Amino acid sequence: MATASAVSTLPEILGRYEPVIGLEVHAQLLTDSKMFCACSAAYIGSPPNSNTCPVCLGLPGVLPVINRRAVEYTVRTALALHCEIPEHSKFDRKNYFYPDLPKGYQISQWDMPMSRDGHLDLVAGGAAVRCGITRVHLEEDTGTLQHAGDILQQARSSVVDLNRAGVPLMEIVGEPDLRSPEQAREYLVRLRQILVYIGVNDGNLEQGSFRCDANISLRRRGGDALGTKVEIKNMNSFRAVQRALEFEIVRQGRLLDRGETIEQETRGWVEAKGATISQRSKEHAHDYRYFPEPDLPPLHLTSDLVERVRAGLPELPHQLQERLQREHGLSAYDAAVITAEREDATTFEALVAAGAPAKAAANWLMGDVARLARESGTSLGRSGLGVAGLAALIRLVEAGTVNGPTAKALLEELYASGGDPAALVGERGLAQVSDTAELERIVETVIAENPAAVADFRGGKEQALQRLVGGVMKATRGRADARAVNRLLRDRLAR
Amino acid sequence: MALTRDQVAHVAMLARLGLSEAELELYREQLDAILAHMEVLQRVDTSLVAETAQVGGLLNAWRDDARGECLPQQVALANAPRRRGDHFEVGAIQE
Repeated sequence: MATASAVSTLPEILGRYEPVIGLEVHAQLLTDSKMFCACSAAYIGSPPNSNTCPVCLGLPGVLPVINRRAVEYTVRTALALHCEIPEHSKFDRKNYFYPDLPKGYQISQWDMPMSRDGHLDLVAGGAAVRCGITRVHLEEDTGTLQHAGDILQQARSSVVDLNRAGVPLMEIVGEPDLRSPEQAREYLVRLRQILVYIGVNDGNLEQGSFRCDANISLRRRGGDALGTKVEIKNMNSFRAVQRALEFEIVRQGRLLDRGETIEQETRGWVEAKGATISQRSKEHAHDYRYFPEPDLPPLHLTSDLVERVRAGLPELPHQLQERLQREHGLSAYDAAVITAEREDATTFEALVAAGAPAKAAANWLMGDVARLARESGTSLGRSGLGVAGLAALIRLVEAGTVNGPTAKALLEELYASGGDPAALVGERGLAQVSDTAELERIVETVIAENPAAVADFRGGKEQALQRLVGGVMKATRGRADARAVNRLLRDRLAR
Repeated sequence: MALTRDQVAHVAMLARLGLSEAELELYREQLDAILAHMEVLQRVDTSLVAETAQVGGLLNAWRDDARGECLPQQVALANAPRRRGDHFEVGAIQE
């Protein structure tokens, strides 16, 4: 055994062991109704148990009927992840008892899922990684439980809300192809982005419409033997996933260094402790006794249906990113930032279509507009300025009508209260002073009024020039073109 | 292949059935007879028959994604063995 101590750090452990990580994502589909009944799939905010019917309550004698849109959304997702869609698939019953599962079984898919063998490409730490997708299948969500008391084990009773029971839920199972917590995080960021782009999921980790479980084991570097895998649950942010995996690598690495064995178990991430804790129990053996759902005839997904869904597939994030680079000359970095959220990419294209140069549009969006949206909690589209207003403002800057600082000040004001940028510039006399004769006159005055700064600059102090530029800006109420002022001052002082 | 007492006890546990020793033996014998009949069926040559879980011939029994009526909240809760407010209540959950 290595000389490693029991308190090895993450980098030390990563030097000896390679993490093997696979992720399972559950994503609620953005359908109007539930998976097998006509109750609303938008359950958040409804009074408890007000969004249920005999089907999703699991009452006897009812017949579930498949939501066709849920099937199409799952096919859409599978195609976006390069999966194969078998012609024949079916639903199965997964049997277990838990109070959030009214029927005593979950309708899911076992040995004939709707799709398999896809992949997701990502970049982590500068390296391209292709992660296999084992399968994407369709099932139903459970109800929600609240426990009296702080933790489940101490609660004397729990209460059940079945509003969520039966909401269409897609399970996306990834291959154990990921080798670091950063890759795992990037996989999730990419997957979420794709689901949101294709309109099947809202990507909300906090509210649990996009949930992730992770399987992780360690194997000694240079060795082939796979380690024992541990499943981690309860991670509700990208950051939590990365931290939980890092914690687990250290925990497992230290156990292995001491020559101990890893128990195959399920552990829960506890954010407040920054640790995973065991959820293992002997009684909770995973013996689901899957069998074909007798109430649901099998699915026959014809090539016609699959091709129709494929034809309706919107542009995917990586395609859009490449197109923005190709058509608008954006850098890979800018294109990645602009396409991170579909709404930003749409705004960018609208700005360019409205006459804003691509690079300028990207800079405004990534800089001040992103900051204002964050600070105000209002997107550009819903702000007073709007997309058309921003395009007009950018055109004013590009035409040299206003300078950068003036435009930024206008942006703040227009974002909050709206208005026409060009009209405001005219009204307030904010147009940039670019009349050279006028600027030269002001430069003369400023030089005459600041002999000390002039002497400093001539004595070799470069910064002294900024005091003079500042003087000119003040005299023009910030409306001068700073570059022109710089040039005029240098020319004048060189004489 | 005879079913063991422990196999019956395991299935009973999964189905949340509390069975006495006498019942375990009773059901062991009965289940054993059912499984023995499966062994008879196993002898039928099915090499030319496609595997299926359904023989009704229906495919794609689906509906449009449209919302309908839900049960009124108090009706949904009417048969709850235990309630707390507008929730169903259950006893301690042992993970």
